[in-house]
Amino acid sequence: MPGTRSPRRSATLVIIPAYDEEAALPSTLDELATVRPDLDVLVVSDGSRDKTGALARAAGVAVVELPFNLGIGGALQTGFRYAVRHGYERAVQFDADGQHDPREIAQLEGGLDDGAALVIGSRFGDGTVEYRVGPARRGAMAVLRWSVNSLVHQKFTDTSSGFRAFNASLLQLFARSYPVEFMDSTESLVIAINEGFTVVEVPTRIRARSAGQPSNRHVRLVYHYLRLMVVLLSHTPMWRRSRRTPT
Amino acid sequence: MLAATEPQPTSLGISGPAHVAVICVVVIGAVFLLRLLRKRQLRGKYTLLWMFVGAVALILAAFPSLLDRTARRLHIYSSPNLLFLLAIAFLLLVCVYFSWELSRLEERTRVLAEELAIQRGEQEKEEIG
Repeated sequence: MPGTRSPRRSATLVIIPAYDEEAALPSTLDELATVRPDLDVLVVSDGSRDKTGALARAAGVAVVELPFNLGIGGALQTGFRYAVRHGYERAVQFDADGQHDPREIAQLEGGLDDGAALVIGSRFGDGTVEYRVGPARRGAMAVLRWSVNSLVHQKFTDTSSGFRAFNASLLQLFARSYPVEFMDSTESLVIAINEGFTVVEVPTRIRARSAGQPSNRHVRLVYHYLRLMVVLLSHTPMWRRSRRTPT
Repeated sequence: MLAATEPQPTSLGISGPAHVAVICVVVIGAVFLLRLLRKRQLRGKYTLLWMFVGAVALILAAFPSLLDRTARRLHIYSSPNLLFLLAIAFLLLVCVYFSWELSRLEERTRVLAEELAIQRGEQEKEEIG
């Protein structure tokens, strides 16, 4: 938007990717505004066909509406681009469906304060697990976690969390190139570590989704796992002309 | 892959320079694909597609009897014919898939052009008024 002045009020931008989330979004925005009135919020409506964009605008937050559905990765990258363009120093990815607690944004920010570039809010970090998954999904997540952990030589309990915080230099990278396909969070974790960024995990609690369904069928999930395995394979140091010397 | 193979005394294992050539090509191709993927010049789904083709070629090169026995079972007299049939059918499928993708891309480009035109119109009106 040339000519308009930057709407930035805080140093941190909360990015909420939303696809047809009219049912949950208003209460999520409401709680966010109550708990953290100090933070700027951007809703990226990912080609929503319902009132997601209008409701977000009514709530008084910044809204970007994509003309068609790009998927979570594309929506997030739009948010990162916006953050960089408007000079935000940090960004927090936050779910539209109310499964994240805005009080815990402070934990993620604490990780950034300690020097991390990417802070992941893990759903399995400590004893206070409120998140339950089926056996198949748990098994698949375990394989994925093992692959990622052995690839990056660091232990993560939750590689697919959608509750994360990014610092300025990582925002620069992800505004240019963020994984656009499904399971973007896992792939972006590997990319961040490969590029030499510090990634830490903090335990967070997850709440039951206030609306909407977990969005995957099994066949698709298998395909995406295969694809992700190939993607992870491409990130093994073998194929890279590495610019850094491994420690 | 293919962990349990029945005993095949005649053609188990790699036989002949052609098979070695196939394996070399597949391995080099796989490395090339992975490099492209890493440099973000190729999407994960296409890498997976062509890696799958490579895997099939690799299996057929390692166990040539597999093709022969399948051909016999399907009453195809010359096993290369089966290979060509499958290859042509697969490539046709890929073509249809690409046409679908292309249509989707054209649609999206059109929507982008429309959106841009509307935005530009509104912006010009703002600047004048």
